Formats: sequence, structure tokens, C-alpha cells
Amino acid sequence: MKFTRSAVAAVAIASTLALSACASESASPSASGSAGSGLTGSLKASGSSAQKNAMQEWINAFQTTNSGVTIDYQANGSGAGIQDFNNSQTSFAGSDSALKPEEATAASTRCAGGTAINIPMVGGAIALAFNVAGVDSLTLNPKTAAGIFSGAITKWNDPAIAALNAGVTLPAATIAQFHRSDSSGTTDNFTKWLLATAPDAFAFAGGKDWVAPGGQGAKGSDGVAAGVSSTPNSIGYMELSFVMSKGLKAASIDNGGGAVEATSDNAAKTIAAATVKGTGNDLALNIDRKIADGSAYPVVLVTYEITCETGLAAADSALVKAFLTYTASDAAQGALAASGYVPITGDLLTKVRAAIAAIA
Amino acid sequence: MSQQAPIRESSISGSSVRRGDQIFRGITVGSGVIILLVMGAIAAFLLWKALPSFSNNSANFLTEKVWFPDQNPPKFGIAALAFGTVVAALFAMLIAVPVGIGTSLFISFYAPRRLAGAMAFLIDLLAAVPSIIFGLWGLQVLMPHMGGIAKWLSDYLGVIPIFKNDQELYTKSLFIAGVVLAIMVLPTISAISREVFKQVPRSHLEASLALGATRWEMIRMAVLPFGRAGVISAAMLGLGRALGETIAVAVILSALFDVNIHITEPGGNTFAANIALKWNEAGPNGLSALIASGLVLFIITLSVNAVARSIIARRKEFTE
Repeated sequence: MKFTRSAVAAVAIASTLALSACASESASPSASGSAGSGLTGSLKASGSSAQKNAMQEWINAFQTTNSGVTIDYQANGSGAGIQDFNNSQTSFAGSDSALKPEEATAASTRCAGGTAINIPMVGGAIALAFNVAGVDSLTLNPKTAAGIFSGAITKWNDPAIAALNAGVTLPAATIAQFHRSDSSGTTDNFTKWLLATAPDAFAFAGGKDWVAPGGQGAKGSDGVAAGVSSTPNSIGYMELSFVMSKGLKAASIDNGGGAVEATSDNAAKTIAAATVKGTGNDLALNIDRKIADGSAYPVVLVTYEITCETGLAAADSALVKAFLTYTASDAAQGALAASGYVPITGDLLTKVRAAIAAIA
Repeated sequence: MSQQAPIRESSISGSSVRRGDQIFRGITVGSGVIILLVMGAIAAFLLWKALPSFSNNSANFLTEKVWFPDQNPPKFGIAALAFGTVVAALFAMLIAVPVGIGTSLFISFYAPRRLAGAMAFLIDLLAAVPSIIFGLWGLQVLMPHMGGIAKWLSDYLGVIPIFKNDQELYTKSLFIAGVVLAIMVLPTISAISREVFKQVPRSHLEASLALGATRWEMIRMAVLPFGRAGVISAAMLGLGRALGETIAVAVILSALFDVNIHITEPGGNTFAANIALKWNEAGPNGLSALIASGLVLFIITLSVNAVARSIIARRKEFTE
């Protein structure tokens, strides 16, 4: 191989250009510092995979306006996220459920005596996606859903299902039921809804692990969605975003006030109606899973950001506060519905903003 | 593969030990010690982290079938995990050992030279496929096509309890996991068997052919007895992988905590898959319980290897 003189010159010019490009890029934040926040530093967080995509979009948007900040959210699961936070490896944790008492004790130790607070940030709807040839819309109530998922109802044309779906021709096929095989907040919230609304029909323990017999387990919401879309006469529970991305159909739920479609807007009403059970700025929620409003979709989950009200290192605290202020803004919450999430709205959002403002 | 007695320094003439020898000796001793240290450290870590969950378990760790380590009081056991792990791995061996030996015999003695080289290369390539790929392929490509076979087994061989299927669901079962595991361990078994068969002295082969043996008789009388110990150790290496395989199994199985001998029905769970599925959301005691199950897997794998070693040691007396 021979290098000609012109080639060497070209390389030299190119690298000079590249260097100057780098230089101008690194100079720009200070030049436009007045427009941005002037924040610098890096922020580490981890936890719930249910809010992973929302976090990803928010982090991208936030880093674009605050180019001095890098935020890293590792979606390693709520349990692992709380552990990381309690071990001071991260500045906030994403979690599908509020801190339990024993976790709260460890968390306040981590907050150097301050309080660890739960801030609801990303809502989700749990949809019952079905794949039955010839059936475009399906309505279920707590009792029939519990029957299907506990194995008591085995055929699609079961009288209990038919009674809710006048005018729909249901096949005489066996129901193939899909649930999560891994531990998940989705299972936790779905079983909480079943246990609250149909305790007689669902005689199993709730929690993050599915325990009812029968059906087929699949790993992750994507696994359940893949199972439902590839198996005829199947039904499975999953986050709404997977229904949208896989092009599946979701059942409407009749909690007593009429059939409600599984949409982000309808689910937002249930979350907005939740009552706060935490004290002060701790906004741990009590979701009314029996809500019988004709426009509120009742099977929802709320994911929290868990951080210290006081007690974080000053630099971390400023970053957490700035980032969460952004995620609770109208722009950030408004972007959620498009990706299948459910925004926090109404009075609750006001409380969320007040709690974030109190972080010091 | 036949092991030779290690050559000691004393057997080499000359008493002066050179510097290079000393350094090399130090390196080899160091490597050996590192292996022992790593094994010891793993065992100590597992035991240390597992102890808390042993002390507060309200059920019998060895016989309980459910897994609720984070509830109060904690209740969990490994019966279902041990069953699923052993059944899936044994079923995989049932398929992979005959096929693996068959492939290596074909490559060594039947295939034209050019084809043999290409096939050996392809089989080795199979070992380089990441296990998540096997899992997804098993789930999305193999599983839809295995329903018919599983149904046939249930319909015609249903008198044998393990093939009976009362649920009329043939997916996400130990049967399918076993088939995928078999494909995953095939390259290990086949590659080692091939190397073993290559070691058969040419004189043995020629002698048997000269005595009028057909090719099959030559393989049966000269090749297989010579290679038996090596083939067993190949199978044991494969079994080790099958026992410990994690993500492919986690993706495929329906993961029920149940001891169900009908292996074509959805269900089953293994130690490694259960750890992968539960780790992220486990509480403090849940983590400890998962590590305790890992300790059991560690012990099972060690004892399987020990048994294999003893078989090989005993066989050697006959083959050498």
C-alpha cells in the first residue's frame, strides 16, 4: 500500500476539521448557558422496567436541553432498584409499588435521617389482550376475568362471558390463558384488582409472582404479548403499550358502571381518583380498584420515583429536583399517552409538583 | 483422551533444574491453585449468602414445592426446581448423546473427507450461537412445530405416563425445553467424541477390517470400546451445560412450581431459569433463597461430575 501525498494531506485536513468541530461543540453549552439551566453532572437511577421507555424519552429530552447532564436509568426491576437506592448507588429508584415499611427504614438510613418519599410519576394500564378469530370487541367484568385466569372458565362461549357480550359470536374453543412467568409489578397490580373486585372468584394469593394453576407463563410483557399474538383463542394481561405495539385487541372492563375501553385517557381517570395514603410529601397511593365510573378503566398500575426529601448530597439533590420537575411538567406528562403510558393528572399532579419542589 | 501418568522431574535424567523450568512450574502450580481458589470462593459465597434464608424458612427446603421467600413467614423449597432441572437435562441427554455419537462417527468414518470437514466446522459453529438465540428460536420457530409431535406422543405413547397430556396444550413444556437443550449440548458431545474417535489406533481399525469385519463391526468392536471413557466425559460436559442453562430455558418454560411427570404439558421450572426470572424483583430474603437454590445446583453439578469421573476411572481398567 502506498500513501500518496494528497491522501495524507486530506487526512490531516479532515482531522483538523473534526478537532475544531469538537472544540466548538464543547464550547457551545457555556455560550448558551443563559438559555439552559447551567446544570452539570451525572445522575444515576435504576428500577422498574415498566417505566423504562418513558424514562428513556424523558432522559433524551432532558439531556438535550441540559447538555451538561448525563442521566443513566437502568431498568433492572423494582426490587433491585430499591436495593441500589438503599445502598446509595443511585439517587432515585423507580418502583412499581411504594416502599414497604421494612424498606422505608433502610431508605431513611440512606437519606441520612431525612425521609424517603414515593412520588407517583408514570401510570400504566394493564390490558387484557385477546386473540379470538372473528371477535373484535370483548367485554369482561371482574368475575369473568377472575374465572378465566383461575381456570374456572375454560371455554370462550361460557354463559358468563356470553351474557356480557350480547351480539358477539363466541367460539366453543378452549381459552388459552397467558400470564407472566417472571416476578413483576404488572402481575402484582393485576391480582390486586382481581382480589379487590372478585375475591370469591379468585381464591389465590396476589403478589409479584403468578400462583394460580393452569395457563401458560411467559417471560416479560413482550413474552406474553408474543404468546397471545401467536396462539389462537388466547388471552393474557400486559401493559397497554404492548397491545399497541403488537397490534392486539384489548378487552373492555365493566367494573359495575358499564364497559370501559382500555385507553390511556380512561386509565388516567382511575389514577387521578386515587387517594394519597402517605403523609406529608410522601405520595404513596391507594388506588380505588373497585371504581365503578363508566369512563374510568380500573386495571391500572402506578410507578413511583423514590428519592430522599432531604438527605441527598447537595449536587445529587439539585439534579434529582431538576429532572423530576421536568418529568412532572405538562410537556413530559403529555408525551406519555402516545407511548402507551398513562399520565398523572388533576390534583394529584399538583401534589406531585409540590413534593418535588420540597426536595432539598 | 487416554490419560497418561504425569511425568515427574525425577524421571527426566539430569538433576540440575533450569530457571525456565522453575518459572514454568510456578505458573502451572499457580494456575491450578487459582482454579481451586475460585471454586472455593464460589462455594463460600453461595453458602454465606444462602444461610439467612435457611434459618427463617417455614417449610422444608428440600421437599416444599412452592416459592414464597418474601412473604411472612417465608415458605419455599426446591422440589419442583430439582425435578424440572433433572428431567429437562436427562431428556436432553437422551436425544443428544445418541445423535452426538452418531454425528461424530459419521464424520470420522463414513463421510467423504471434504464433507466431514465442513460438517465438523458447522457443528462447532453451533456451539458459538448465544443461548438467548436458541431460546427465542425454540420459542418462536420450534415450539409451533413441536405441538404435532407432542400430540402424537400423547395419543399413541400415552400409556407411558410421561408422554400423557391431559391438558391438550402442548406448548412451553419441559419436552420442548429438553429438545432445545439437546441441540445446545450437541456440539459439545459431538466435538469431544470426534476427538476421541480420532485417537483410536489405526492398527486396531486395520486389524479388525483385516479379520473380515464390516465397518459397523469395526466401530462396535474397535472404536466404541476404545472411546467409551471419552464419550462418557463428553456426555458429562454436555450434561453440565444442560443443568446450568439459564436464559433459553427461562424464555421457553411456563415456569410453574409443580412436579408434573407429564412432560409435554406446559410447566416445569429449573434452578437457573428460576433465578433469572425472580432475581430482579426479589426482596432481601428472596435473593438469599435464590442463592440457596443456586447452591443446590452447584452441589448437583459437582456430584454429577464426581460420578462421571469415577465411571471413567473404573472403565479405564478395561480399556487400557
